Amino acid sequence: MKILVAVKRVADPDNLNKIKLSPKGEIDTTGLEPKASPYDEYALEAALRLTENGSNPKQRLGEVVVVTFAPKAAEQMLRAMLGTGADRAVRVEATDEGLDGDLVARGLAALVDKEKPDVVMLGYQQAEHESNEVGQMLAAHLDWPQATFAGSIRSEDDKALVVGRDLEGATAYVRLTLPAVITVLDKIVHPKSVQSKHTPATHAYPDGVRFAALMAIMAAKKKPLVEMKLADLVTESALKVRYLAAELPGKRAAGVRVKDAKDLVTRLKREAKVL
Amino acid sequence: MAGTLVVAELSDGTIRKATLSAISFARQLGAPFAILAMGAGASAAAGQLTGYGATKVVVVDDAVLKDPVCERYVPTIVSTVNEGGWDTIAMAASAFGKDLAPRLAARLNAGYAADINGLKVEGGSRLYRRPMYAGNAFGWLAIVTPVHVVTVRPTEFAAAEPEGSASPIATAARAPDEPSASRVAFVKLEAITSERPDLAEARVVVSGGRALKEQFKQVLEPLANALGAAIGASRAACDAGYAPPELQVGQTGRTVAPQLYIAIGISGAIQHIAGMKGSKVIVAINKDPDAPIFQIADYGLVQDLFVAVPELVRELKAQS
Repeated sequence: MKILVAVKRVADPDNLNKIKLSPKGEIDTTGLEPKASPYDEYALEAALRLTENGSNPKQRLGEVVVVTFAPKAAEQMLRAMLGTGADRAVRVEATDEGLDGDLVARGLAALVDKEKPDVVMLGYQQAEHESNEVGQMLAAHLDWPQATFAGSIRSEDDKALVVGRDLEGATAYVRLTLPAVITVLDKIVHPKSVQSKHTPATHAYPDGVRFAALMAIMAAKKKPLVEMKLADLVTESALKVRYLAAELPGKRAAGVRVKDAKDLVTRLKREAKVL
Repeated sequence: MAGTLVVAELSDGTIRKATLSAISFARQLGAPFAILAMGAGASAAAGQLTGYGATKVVVVDDAVLKDPVCERYVPTIVSTVNEGGWDTIAMAASAFGKDLAPRLAARLNAGYAADINGLKVEGGSRLYRRPMYAGNAFGWLAIVTPVHVVTVRPTEFAAAEPEGSASPIATAARAPDEPSASRVAFVKLEAITSERPDLAEARVVVSGGRALKEQFKQVLEPLANALGAAIGASRAACDAGYAPPELQVGQTGRTVAPQLYIAIGISGAIQHIAGMKGSKVIVAINKDPDAPIFQIADYGLVQDLFVAVPELVRELKAQS
């Protein structure tokens, strides 16, 4: 099975409370370390689990290609991903200002035509704009089926995957005949969320994503990382949406400290009037 | 004609309440709007939508639409939009809407604004306000294509009340599936049954953190029962296995905005706060006086939760 994983580089998702507005009123993430968007890392982890025997993860039983639309500095992120087990990486030269979700989706669709993967995997949303859109738009452009909000994946054979989609208060299981697009939730990296046909059913992964060993990072320097131009993929690069302004939320001020449960109930009734 | 098409969402043969938020949005735009009700059993449910002032309610009732497979829904929405000439398509920002809307936008060659929580018109152009960066910023998004697709957050667009003249019902046929629909088979739906109100719709939410350990249910359920509340949890509590994952409130879980949110043994990680800071009144109970949750809480109680929560249950009963 060949899997293409699309990843986005974002400002450190654990420190987003430190973002500011620039004098021009734009969002300023200066000082926040660029990192891979967590859900995209989970997508990579799921792709690796689908293409290996979990008890012998050094041997790749399939191919995993990672792609990002970003400036050259993002190559460090791609190298780290090659270190964890991806076979190849593609960087499409672009800046965030020149992209929107639809353009990324059209770029990915063109790359899919060249690469011919069985599955494209992404995080269900990226950690900055959180639009939750690229996977669905890509599936539309390719006319492929989509499974969003994936919390579990089971490979039956190389032609079909059963995906557990976590909806509100329910899990919907769908069987996708490949090729298909899958977007994942964080739950996908739980020990038994991905069941590959190559891996014994008893195998449990450590919770979370794998880290690259130093040796693997060194070895990954020899893995192919190619650069492409956006124009190699799409002829029309006009954007469909544009952010014109931003604002920070009003601070919720700290309220009062109450003495005890009795005081709390009284205030909720008399002051807040919510009981 | 220019105007808005609201795509309703059905669940078990009734209209989901979140649909009424999309109707509120359509009313705010001010242009005429129609409602599309599609699904298995949509004819029976359409009567629930005729009292909101829509120019018409279009019904597409087809047994093939019994499962929420967007590859089967999108072609019919596209043909309804093309036929009616609607320039804006609005849906609730539910799992169903967020799965379907971007696919629809790509099919219509339209720009998409996800999860909007505000709207303004400046110089004749619409700007959509949407939360980003885990709730730490809002962006004002302009769509530059002639057709707009939006999903509307029910937490900020209040459910529409019935008003206006009754809308006529028009039936339409389902458009042929996308070819890709043959490659997605619905296997089963496993509902997570609960007698409590749904997290997104509850008036009161009681949420617990990792500090509750194995006593998560034992401590929180009496309080939730006393308040008629939904139960939520922090990511840490879910990751540790103390609470099931579907209870998670936060950036990676559900977004809630109840009248009253009680955070118990929750430190207040950014990712949790992103999912609950729209609540009207926030109460925090935590034994650590420096827990960040106190910085956003309207009422803070610094006490061991294992003492405070049973006392709170007793007080609620005493003062009721």
